[in-house]
Amino acid sequence: MYVAVKGGERAIAQSHELLSQARRGDPSVPELSIAQIRSQMRLAVARVMSEGSLYDEELAALAIKQAAGDLIEAIFLLRAYRTTLPRLADSLPLDTARMRIERRISAAFKDLPGGQVLGPTYDYTQRLLDFSLLEEGAPAAPTQMPNAAPISAPRVSDVLSQQGLLEQSRQSAAASPPADLTRDPILFPAERATRLQNLARGDEGFLLAMGYSTQRGYSTTHPFAGEIRFGAVPVEVFIDELGFAIEVGEVELTECQLINDFEGSATQAPHFTRGYGLAFGHAERKAMAMALCDRALRAAELGESTEQPANNEEFVLSHSDNVEASGFVQHLKLPHYVDFQTNLELLRRLRAEWETAHAARVQPAGHDPAGGAASPDTAALHPGYAEEIAE
Amino acid sequence: MKPTKPLLQVRDLAKRYGNRIGCEQVSFDLYPGEVLCIAGESGSGKSTLLNTLAFQLKPDAGSVHYDIDGLGMTDLASLPDARLRELWRTDWGFVRQNPRDGLRMRVSAGANIGERLMAVGSRHYGSIREVALDWLRRVEIDEKRLDDAPSAFSGGMQQRLQIARNLVTEPRLVFMDEPTAGLDVSVQARFLDLLRRLASELHIAVILVTHDLAVARLLAHRLIVMRHGRIVETGLTDQLLDDPQHPYTQLLVSSVLVA
Amino acid sequence: MNAPMQPGYNFAYLDEQTKRMIRRALLKAVAIPGYQVPFGSREMPLPYGWGTGGIQVTASVIGKNDVLKVIDQGADDTTNAVNIRSFFRKVAGVATTEKTRAATLIQTRHRIPETPLAEGQTLVFQVPIPEPLRWLEPRETETRTMHALSEYGVMHVKLYEDIVRHGRIATTYDYPVIVNGHYLMRPSPIPKFDNPKLHRNPALMLFGAGREKRVYAVPPYTDVRSLDFEDHPFSIERWEAPCALCGASDAYLDEIILDDAGGHMFVCSDTEYCADRQAAGHKGEMAA
Repeated sequence: MYVAVKGGERAIAQSHELLSQARRGDPSVPELSIAQIRSQMRLAVARVMSEGSLYDEELAALAIKQAAGDLIEAIFLLRAYRTTLPRLADSLPLDTARMRIERRISAAFKDLPGGQVLGPTYDYTQRLLDFSLLEEGAPAAPTQMPNAAPISAPRVSDVLSQQGLLEQSRQSAAASPPADLTRDPILFPAERATRLQNLARGDEGFLLAMGYSTQRGYSTTHPFAGEIRFGAVPVEVFIDELGFAIEVGEVELTECQLINDFEGSATQAPHFTRGYGLAFGHAERKAMAMALCDRALRAAELGESTEQPANNEEFVLSHSDNVEASGFVQHLKLPHYVDFQTNLELLRRLRAEWETAHAARVQPAGHDPAGGAASPDTAALHPGYAEEIAE
Repeated sequence: MKPTKPLLQVRDLAKRYGNRIGCEQVSFDLYPGEVLCIAGESGSGKSTLLNTLAFQLKPDAGSVHYDIDGLGMTDLASLPDARLRELWRTDWGFVRQNPRDGLRMRVSAGANIGERLMAVGSRHYGSIREVALDWLRRVEIDEKRLDDAPSAFSGGMQQRLQIARNLVTEPRLVFMDEPTAGLDVSVQARFLDLLRRLASELHIAVILVTHDLAVARLLAHRLIVMRHGRIVETGLTDQLLDDPQHPYTQLLVSSVLVA
Repeated sequence: MNAPMQPGYNFAYLDEQTKRMIRRALLKAVAIPGYQVPFGSREMPLPYGWGTGGIQVTASVIGKNDVLKVIDQGADDTTNAVNIRSFFRKVAGVATTEKTRAATLIQTRHRIPETPLAEGQTLVFQVPIPEPLRWLEPRETETRTMHALSEYGVMHVKLYEDIVRHGRIATTYDYPVIVNGHYLMRPSPIPKFDNPKLHRNPALMLFGAGREKRVYAVPPYTDVRSLDFEDHPFSIERWEAPCALCGASDAYLDEIILDDAGGHMFVCSDTEYCADRQAAGHKGEMAA
């Protein structure tokens, strides 16, 4: 007697219990604090905030803790929380020219107003494991920065635009605010503002690979890193009752402006064009990959060839979201008994037909052991084909 | 002997890519059953012109009128997308230079031929196969290949299959983009012969783009020579090839003779 | 009996604005049967691909007096069905049931219940990929035009090719249908066995695709025709033996592997239907 599997509810509850134990790990090891994650895993926090579309270091750290360090799961947690939040106000557009710079480099100019500021970067570390970090209680880094004076500097792109060499960013018509991808579905073709929003939320690994492909010849852009800057930018909200904007806080941002050639057209003189990347926190790889993808997706607008994967708006934008991708890939774990059964049934029938046809093929004509008429050649070559010919 | 009413009327047609000219100031009439070749070197704008004539590219200036059944001479720019797409899959055909662009390489020859029939509502598997078989015969492909995918076909067979796939709805106008460019010379002759026979049997008008004047000589009633996106000379094929007036045409003709 | 509701969330989890937005999309979907309506799919606390579309549709139409049934693969007790049912118990506090007849709202993945649905009932399908032309034409801009113009020849090319290769149409689930004589629609991955139940069904059928951000609908008593050829008409699966537990010969059967020596049996995939029949005294050959 077969007994159908029951008790899904209990199994799920027990799985939750096991998950919680597995997350905590060995109870003799002290528990991670949110403050530790927030301050010592700041790059993980930055990624979760960017792709989770929510600037909240504490909640991002909580999500990382709850997800046992699985950043895509953490992004998912943060997004599912974000979706329940009320919208209180729209900020004014952030002005990254007002950034309190912690790091700022340009690969296009040797020196520029405000200077090159190396700041905290892994770029010039020699990637040798630092075994001293194995020891806990290693001396803390000095809290006083060598030059603590806040730096601000004009953006390289602004300098170039003033000379007319770099395209002006087209302002969205003031009457139509940019679409909100978390409220409205993306429709193709998408505006650049919508594309940038999608890329900003997009998976770093995916954008990295797509951006990389454009550098290896699967596209036609030749980028220069015009400027990459990281630092805090004030957030302002216009208050109707006051009649002016007030600063409500600061967010840390990484901005990347890539500069690309453009040969010009009937209506436009040759000039540089830009690819743009922006991410919460310190996230240069993400911002640069995003800028490469942004520029590649502008190929059609600029009359360039659009044959490569990175130029394909529907391809890139439809597959960039890791919460969507992760869910759909992993839904294969859900039961598919019914569809599998339909395929199983078909396969058995096709195999049976193949066996029959195969037997007829090996058996010389007129020697059918079953005594039936030999199949015509056409049937042997193609199961299911004979009846069509016979008609 | 020319019918009085043209099938297609082209006036001052232009297509630009940024500041580059694809083609411009193109005007001509095409009559039912007429085979017209557009000749020129690569980069002369002839493929752009072909795609613009078929409204696969939208022209930047000028007009194309087509004699639509029941509507008469109609400005294609005024035609709703739905009607234009209906033209593409019924009354027009398009044979591509690369069979990969004109065929579904992974579905059988029969399905390739049957696609247009199914698109216009055929729903009987057996009769779709009958028609497909008939067309295989007419383009001289072995009937046994009906269920084979064109990826297993030779280049000549692939081009003949493209012809069958397009002609199955008996279109009145077929656009062809260098259909012989990928074929061996020996295969080319047979293909051109077939093409000439079918076009005349079915009274199909053809606009064929080629860089090869020999192709034009064999097939075309009339010839248009293009350079830098413009028509430099046009006329009856034999006249134009035997007595070219424009220096560029003279150069083209002489280079063929030398080769 | 209604369950106590989880505090801190709006009724049925979604805020009222979002529900209104989804209901507007659903109204449009009902007005244009089979047409895919884009909607502002929200990020749900369940993963994409696990029923977020169905859940949003259910959440936006469910009321306090609804009685909810959730099935996955025809069964009420598979983990995903259990999970979604408990989600709605928590956030909507509604009564749930396993009885098809008792339910006012049924959310399903991959099946239509065997028990015929009635007027006033709503069936909500979870949809992974709403676009029937996706594998034939990947560009959304192009498929939109193809739908608008009913250009579905290429879909028949696929079916034609099936017959060439297999002697029959080899699509076995998510079998394409034409709704109300116009739109080509994916019925979600239900077995084609269930396709005839779509035709002129008295219940309202709503389809939600969360990740792909589309809803569509088949209103009550709408014509739904499975694609086929005149000489290769649409047909459904048949089994040689009836259900081993309840003896039903009109139900979709799952294969259960009994041992590692090829021993297997076939039982109803619709667990409630099967249990109901057994309670009414029907017996299959392996019933105790």
